[in-house]
Amino acid sequence: MNDQTLTPEERAANLKGMGCARKRVEDVRFTQGKGNYVDDIKLDGMLFGDFVRSPYAHARVVTVNKEAALAVPGVVAVLTAEDLAPLGLHWMPTLAGDKQMVLADGKVLFQGQEVAYVVAEDRYIAADAVELVEVEYEELPVITDPFEALKSDVVLREDLEGQTEGAHGPRKHHNHIFTWEQGDKDATEAILAEADVVAEEMVYYHRTHPCPLETCGCVASMDKVTGKLTLYGTFQAPHAIRTVVSLISGLAEHNIRVISPDIGGGFGNKVGAYAGYVCSVVASIVTGKPVKWVEDRMENLMSTAFARDYWMQGKIAATKDGKITGLWCHTTADHGGFDACADPTKFPAGFMNICTGSYDIPTAYLAVDGVYTNKAPGGVAYRCSFRVTEAAYFIERMIEVLAIKLNMDAAELRRINFIKADQFPYQSALGWEYDSGDYHTAWEKALKAVNYEGLRSEQAQRIEDFKAGKTRKLLGIGLTHFTEIVGAGPVKNCDILGLGMFDSCEIRIHPTGSAIARLGTISQGQGHATTFAQIIATEIGLPADDITLEEGDTDTAPYGLGTYGSRSTPVAGAATAMAARKIRAKAQMIAAYLLEVHDNDVEWDVDRFAVKGAPERFKTMKEIAFAAYNQAIPGLEPGLEAVSYYDPPNMTYPFGAYICVMEIDVDTGEWEVRKFYALDDCGTRINPMIIDGQVHGGVTEALAIAMGQEIAYDEMGNVKTGTLMDFFLPTAWETPNYITDFTVTPSPHHPIGAKGVGESPNVGGVPAFSNAVHDAFRPFGLVQSHMPHDHWRIWKIANGLGMHG
Amino acid sequence: MIPAGFEYHRPGDIASAIGILQEHGDEARVIAGGHSLIPMMKLRMTDMSHLVDLQAIEELKGIEIESDIVTLGAMVTQHELITHDGLASAIPLIREAALQIADPQVRYVGTVGGNVANGDPGNDMPGLMQCLNATFELSGPDGNRSVAAREFYEAAYFTAREEEEILTRISIPKPGAGIGQAYEKQKRKIGDYATAAAAVMVGNGTASVAMTNLADTPIWSEDASNALAGGDVEGCVAAMLDAIDPVADNRGPVEFKKHVAAVMLRRAIDRAQNRAG
Repeated sequence: MNDQTLTPEERAANLKGMGCARKRVEDVRFTQGKGNYVDDIKLDGMLFGDFVRSPYAHARVVTVNKEAALAVPGVVAVLTAEDLAPLGLHWMPTLAGDKQMVLADGKVLFQGQEVAYVVAEDRYIAADAVELVEVEYEELPVITDPFEALKSDVVLREDLEGQTEGAHGPRKHHNHIFTWEQGDKDATEAILAEADVVAEEMVYYHRTHPCPLETCGCVASMDKVTGKLTLYGTFQAPHAIRTVVSLISGLAEHNIRVISPDIGGGFGNKVGAYAGYVCSVVASIVTGKPVKWVEDRMENLMSTAFARDYWMQGKIAATKDGKITGLWCHTTADHGGFDACADPTKFPAGFMNICTGSYDIPTAYLAVDGVYTNKAPGGVAYRCSFRVTEAAYFIERMIEVLAIKLNMDAAELRRINFIKADQFPYQSALGWEYDSGDYHTAWEKALKAVNYEGLRSEQAQRIEDFKAGKTRKLLGIGLTHFTEIVGAGPVKNCDILGLGMFDSCEIRIHPTGSAIARLGTISQGQGHATTFAQIIATEIGLPADDITLEEGDTDTAPYGLGTYGSRSTPVAGAATAMAARKIRAKAQMIAAYLLEVHDNDVEWDVDRFAVKGAPERFKTMKEIAFAAYNQAIPGLEPGLEAVSYYDPPNMTYPFGAYICVMEIDVDTGEWEVRKFYALDDCGTRINPMIIDGQVHGGVTEALAIAMGQEIAYDEMGNVKTGTLMDFFLPTAWETPNYITDFTVTPSPHHPIGAKGVGESPNVGGVPAFSNAVHDAFRPFGLVQSHMPHDHWRIWKIANGLGMHG
Repeated sequence: MIPAGFEYHRPGDIASAIGILQEHGDEARVIAGGHSLIPMMKLRMTDMSHLVDLQAIEELKGIEIESDIVTLGAMVTQHELITHDGLASAIPLIREAALQIADPQVRYVGTVGGNVANGDPGNDMPGLMQCLNATFELSGPDGNRSVAAREFYEAAYFTAREEEEILTRISIPKPGAGIGQAYEKQKRKIGDYATAAAAVMVGNGTASVAMTNLADTPIWSEDASNALAGGDVEGCVAAMLDAIDPVADNRGPVEFKKHVAAVMLRRAIDRAQNRAG
């Protein structure tokens, strides 16, 4: 029976384990339209909820008249803050230590804010009844500018009036939320005062939105017989949602089952808790019937969590030779009407203090002031770890600005300031310990791959041609070297609402040698069912094809903090490897018993344990699995399963070198990406095809953000970009080809050396595109211009530089 | 994104469709491809109690190419405009412009009649039809009449069509040999309305120039056309810049739009002149 004809390499290949470009098992259902999303869930007697939303950005809610709506046949209820107040549910806690209105309690603070919740027997009746709810508003002065907010007499959050202490320390003004400081202020300012060269610039990272293809939604189903609430929803953190629901509703946690079914993209938008969830749960408890709520595209863009909106004032000091000596940053963070950022509790500005980037900067200081305005709440990590895209964009712009000041090539300036390979683990001036990296190798590989010197020669020729009137197109070369910080995180300093940010995996081996694994994370398109099976396959020698993976059902999966911030592979992936190793350790004892040798006399060989020195005597994992269920082995319990809760000792620090070559038409502002090269180092590579897919998707989102995507408001606080006509979501047509590449610098502390990659392309992509635009105009005098670089803003640069005659 | 309730009608001939419009007055609208009207209804910016679907009316379909005139049925889709062999050689400008409209999925359903009749200043076909000097045929309770495309548009969403009339066919004179044609459009992404678009015909001492989405109607300029006919490109551009009246929106401010309008027009002229005999 035992197959001895295959080589170890052939046996390893058959497992489709780590390193294999295994096709995604999820795609069988997704490509056939057989996914099961929240809106596919249909339960008997299900009701539908829909919101009355505020047309004003700041107004008192004087009266809400439900009569006409309630008179519509099929309308079951219209909920307002008054109805929720007796339950204490008219406000809810946010992940950032603030509180947020579930339904307007006397006033509204942003356009699109939830005012009343209509429950009806079908979706169409609910929509019609929303129109009939009469709300009387009294308009208040609107503040959309965070700098103005800090000067204004207008109090946005009257509920906080008189509170000088917030969740993150003292508040300096009634519209101020927190100040967060890192690094050494005095030392940094001393260096700035004495430096050969100081470059100073305001770098704005505009407000945008994760805009997943599937919007947010849920189905709440209260079974009044069993007393059990089942909550299906688009949750990136189903277990945390269960705990939150228990804490705010008073329902016992064992009576709540949260299920995240298939999710059509999250990108941070689906981490937080929204009014729709609370209202649906209340409506189901009150009616005893399931209640579905699914927001539409405009609601998604206007009211559920936005991303960025960071005004980053920077100063960077260097010697005249270009060695950076200090970095200073003050950020004004526009959080909207409520502070609903999704960050670990101790990090109100996320990991913005990774803003020293890939560079050995001995002294640095960062301060962030959070501010309330009349905009939607949020501030989530849109395809990035917490505020890491902001940090990367800031430092990669400051490097370019410094290069201009020094009249130096920006590639060379990076080269002379990179942290060197022998400096890892590297202690940054703003408090992080970078685990591993080899930036110079990646950089030289990238520059060589695009023929950087050749591109600069071509650019020089182009500038001459332009000046001679032979062309109206410029060539931009956008450079970026980014360092990410992902895998939150060590429980000692990372928690959300007091829940430590560990993650988990439970593996059960079936008697016939197949397996099921359950994790505390939840895939939203990342391909967990494919890649985590590959980790297990390599660790325990069973084919990935024989391993089922389940996530998202809190009744069956072990507790975990969910999927966002590229934490699944660094944390849950580690838990998966550790659980698999527990199984292998037990399997070793079983194998030794079956082979009648001492435990230490067998050794692991791809998919089996063999007697040391006698490789023809072995037991495959499949045989061992069966033995675990049919042999009475002295000293061992039957069965073969394990669970691991993994508390990472450190974050992981993926990095990469991205280069964008862009053609720009100075007359129309139109741009074309001629080449985009992305080198990623995410440590050990589990599935190269999925990594490529992640990079393609992430760079495309970066392209969108840098080149057009924004949530824009007018002075009255009206959202100007509420549909996909105006909110730029690239299609295949706008998406360029990408060249992907890699180096491999494993994480020294992760069980399989992996670092996480899903968000690197967004972190690195945004500055690469933006730097390409800036680089094209650098010879004509441009230093800094804010994103998004849509046609008219690029045109404005050219116009401002006198290029239109 | 859920429209208010409405009654759905699907008449089989033009007379029945007009009858339904007469019966319900301004509570009824005809629907062709639906790609303008349905989104407006979903946004609840338009509330129509009766929708009269024209899909089943055979008289509104088909492309006819005669020796000196091309006739398009109102229900001809953009996709048919693109894939019709005879049309591409008779008036290449139509195919060139249709390829710039929306995306393939929308073009399978979106119709030329809906595009010209809706009066949306963002639509590409109205300016194109003005450039081509097309005539729109309308049927109503009082019979049939024709209106020149250049006379049809009054303001955004307001046209010469009466409430109870249906735009049935579009007649386009075939440009003579030696006339070069070009359509130039700047847009932010696939599916977008134009930041500015220009339709140009030039050759044999004649010219016709129209632009899209730069005022509340399409702009065909006689002065600009005459200037170009006389070979004065900059005179043409200057006359057109006088005629347009763009407003600021998410695509950019007025100053930018005027600049881009001039660029699009010059580029279209350049290509059309190169194609002229």
